[in-house]
Parts: sequence; structure tokens; C-alpha cells
Amino acid sequence: MTTRYTETHEWVNLEGDTATIGITHHAAEELGDVVFVEAKEAGTELAAGEAVAVVESVKAASDIYTPLQATVLSFNEKLSDDPSLINSAPEGEGWIVKVKLASPEEFDRLLSAEQYQQKL
Amino acid sequence: MSISVGAVELMNESLQRTPLYDLHISLGAKMVPFAGYEMPVQYPLGVMEEHQHTRKKAGLFDVSHMGQLRIQPRQQGNGSVAAEAFEALVPMDFQSLPVGRQRYALLTNDQGGLRDDLMVARQEGGLFVVVNAANKESDADYIEQALAESCKVKRQFDRALLALQGPKAVEVIADLFPQAPTMRFMDCIDTVLDGAPVTISRSGYTGEDGFEIGLPAELAERVARKLLEHPDVEAVGLGARDSLRLEAGLCLYGQDIDKTTSPVEASLMWAIQKVRRPGGERAGGYPGAETISRQLEDGVYRKRVGLVSEGRAPIRAGVELFADETGEEKVGRVTSGGFGPTVQGPVAMGYVSCDKASPETRVFASLRGRMVPVTVKAMPFVPPGFKR
Repeated sequence: MTTRYTETHEWVNLEGDTATIGITHHAAEELGDVVFVEAKEAGTELAAGEAVAVVESVKAASDIYTPLQATVLSFNEKLSDDPSLINSAPEGEGWIVKVKLASPEEFDRLLSAEQYQQKL
Repeated sequence: MSISVGAVELMNESLQRTPLYDLHISLGAKMVPFAGYEMPVQYPLGVMEEHQHTRKKAGLFDVSHMGQLRIQPRQQGNGSVAAEAFEALVPMDFQSLPVGRQRYALLTNDQGGLRDDLMVARQEGGLFVVVNAANKESDADYIEQALAESCKVKRQFDRALLALQGPKAVEVIADLFPQAPTMRFMDCIDTVLDGAPVTISRSGYTGEDGFEIGLPAELAERVARKLLEHPDVEAVGLGARDSLRLEAGLCLYGQDIDKTTSPVEASLMWAIQKVRRPGGERAGGYPGAETISRQLEDGVYRKRVGLVSEGRAPIRAGVELFADETGEEKVGRVTSGGFGPTVQGPVAMGYVSCDKASPETRVFASLRGRMVPVTVKAMPFVPPGFKR
């Protein structure tokens, strides 16, 4: 399974046409202590670049975007009880949403790990 | 994700640095632009821990960006001349404030709004004033012009200001200033450290017991490092300073109060002593006095209140408040809000129309397209730790 990245600091994993979206280590570090996470309801249809979730730290609220056209499947309910999972494991247990991509073939247009690292 | 705080590029060459800049960098602080300065928003500990540490032990804050002023009589002699003159600019009683005591004050404008909020202490030779960073030049100019006949204003913007806040602050500061533990809340004294003049007040902006130390720039890093050596002290940035003051129900100028909010609307009437209110011996006599007196008599349309929302989602500055879930009748707006690390939940303050201002009234916040129930609450949200 490959992981791809966005310029807006999301990571995306693809399995079939299901993508898992979270925020990168870099983004989690910049945000600081996460206190609340909320995602669009399952079934919500989103265009590429639309907000799919919001992550609130002590300091500020930040929108999380889907980089590709998608339908929301599910939210990581563990984050409701323990939003700090985004700080402790942003690219693992702290994933935020699963979405169904309208065109999974577009996944390869996203940044590779190297490309993302270069942009930091 | 758009990273709005913390990753701000420091492109602006004109940003100033406080005397503690090198210390912040060596401690690993994340620096952000604030009121024209590069300031530490947080250290590696993080906002949450820095906040908790201040409430439980002691936090050290660099607030050197704030403006320190001395207002002194033109003629050699009694500092009471400055106290009397200054009353023409603020609705506070400074004539009967004893030397060595500090008081929260408000610079009003002709419309009864607020030019700034500030801390003012009476001293033997005049007044010691601490004003907000963003307003310091304009405040100094204004005071200088307004009091030109009787007083001069000494700007001490090159001096450093440290705040040591939290229940352990008194033990820690005693190592440097043995007289500090004898001070009461809102005492303010001039003293000497290594031959240099230092001003200490027992006050702050966190709702905790603590001290603010005004000192020469060249002494600042040594004093800060000495305080940080103590196992109970951690460096604390602007992020936690904001969450601490919010839980304490304290206003942030430019956000919760500004030139359009009167002391009556801002629920700051406690700061106006009886002698300056209608019927008092020295009633009025400050800018906007008529408006403020009329508001006291007739009431106002809106009031600043505490707000606690249901659930975990913070309601932040700018969020609009409505009478009910339909969102048809707008009743107010949040001016400061976020997650309260001590409260362990969302806390906010804002303005609501007067019929919604009594505690336990329920209003609704419009948050990302849905209505979140919000209850009006008395402030502070945490019990104060002051040593009166």
C-alpha cells in the first residue's frame, strides 16, 4: 500500500477505491495539542479541495481537505474520546476519515513522500 | 490542512526582538509575529502542558513587548500631582490609592469606548504604568500630550518585563527578591538587583498568584535563566498565556474590548471606583464620562459574558450567537474562545444582548453550519489564586 501526500499536509492511503486521510507528522507538530476533531457526515459528497474534517488544537481550528473528489465513508471514532491520537500517532492510529474516491486512478497525481519532504 | 498558527513565515524584517530573544531560541521556542515583535508562542513542552504547569507550579513569561511608562510631575516633588492629573484620562481613583499599590485602569475615549486597558501603580515620585504592546507608542503620545502641563512621560520601552505566575511563584521569586513574599496582591515596589533598578508587582494575567518584574534589558536573560533553574519553573509562551487569561475571564484588548466597547458593556464596572461614578465626590471628569454615566443610568444593549458550549467543539472569536436553533434572531458574537486546559472543555467570552446576559441563559452558536447550545456563565471559569 502506498502513501501519498498533499501540499496542505494531508497523507492519503489507498486500498481499492477507499482512501484513508490523516495529517502528517509535520502538520501535527505545527498544530500542537489537538483537543477536538470532527468530520463531515458519512455520505457527504465532496469535490477535490473541499474540507472533509476540522482539527482543533488549543491554538486554532484547521480544516482538513480531501485532495480528490470523494464521498465520506467513516470517521475515526477513537478521536472523539482521544483527539490526542493525532499528536501521538498522526500517520497511524490518528487517521481521520475514510472516503470513497470517485476516480481512484487520480491517486497517483498526489505527492510522493520524497516530493512532500522537499516541500517542507 | 492550512496551518494558521505557528508556521507563520517571519518575513517581515521590521519585527522587533525582546532582550530574551536568544534565550527563547536556545529553549527551542516556536516564534511568531505578535504586536510587531517576534515572540514565543510555545516551547517544546506545548501549550497544554505549559498552561497546566502554570496553574500547578510556576510559569515564566517574557512580556517585554509590553510598554512600561513612568508619569512624573514636571516640578520636583510629590507624586500625587501625577495621580491627580491622570484621573482626567481614566475613570479610576488614583488619588486615594496608597503609594506601593497597583490598580487596573481603562483609558477611555470621547465616545465612552476604550483606548486601552493598563496597569497603573502609585509610586513615591509618580505613576508606573504598563500598557499593551500594540498601543504603547500611541498611549505614551496621548498621555504625554494630555498631561503636558503638569507631568512628563518617561518611556521605558527598552526595559524587559518578566511574569512569573502560578502557586509556586512566590517561593521561586524569594530566592532573588527576599522581600517579595511580604507583598500582597496588587502591591508594586521599586527595588534594586545587582545595583540596577527593578520594579516588582504582585499581579499578572493568568488568574494565579504571581509577579511581574520590570528590569533593565541587560539583566533580563540572567534573571530569567536564574528563575528557570528552579525545578518548579517552566518557560511559557503566548499560546498558554491566552488560554490562561481566557479561563481567568480577563479581556484581551483589540479582541474583547476596543474603542467601540464601553466599560459598562464590557462588564468592567468593578474597575470604576465609587468616587468616580455618578454621585461620587469626583464623578466624571474623564473622556466619555457623560456616555458612561448615561449607560449606567439607562443600561446598555449588550454585555460581555462568559460562554460555555455543550460538547467538546471550541467556539472561537467571530462565531455568531443566536436566540434559538432557527438562527433567525442574532443575539451576539464570541470575541475570545478556545479549549480551556484546566476546565478540560471549551470556554469563551463574548457580547450578548442584555436580555440574554444573565447566567444560565441558553443561546446557540452557529458552528460550521449547525447550532451548538451555549450557556451564559459567570467568569472566571477557574477560581483565582490571588494572595490578597
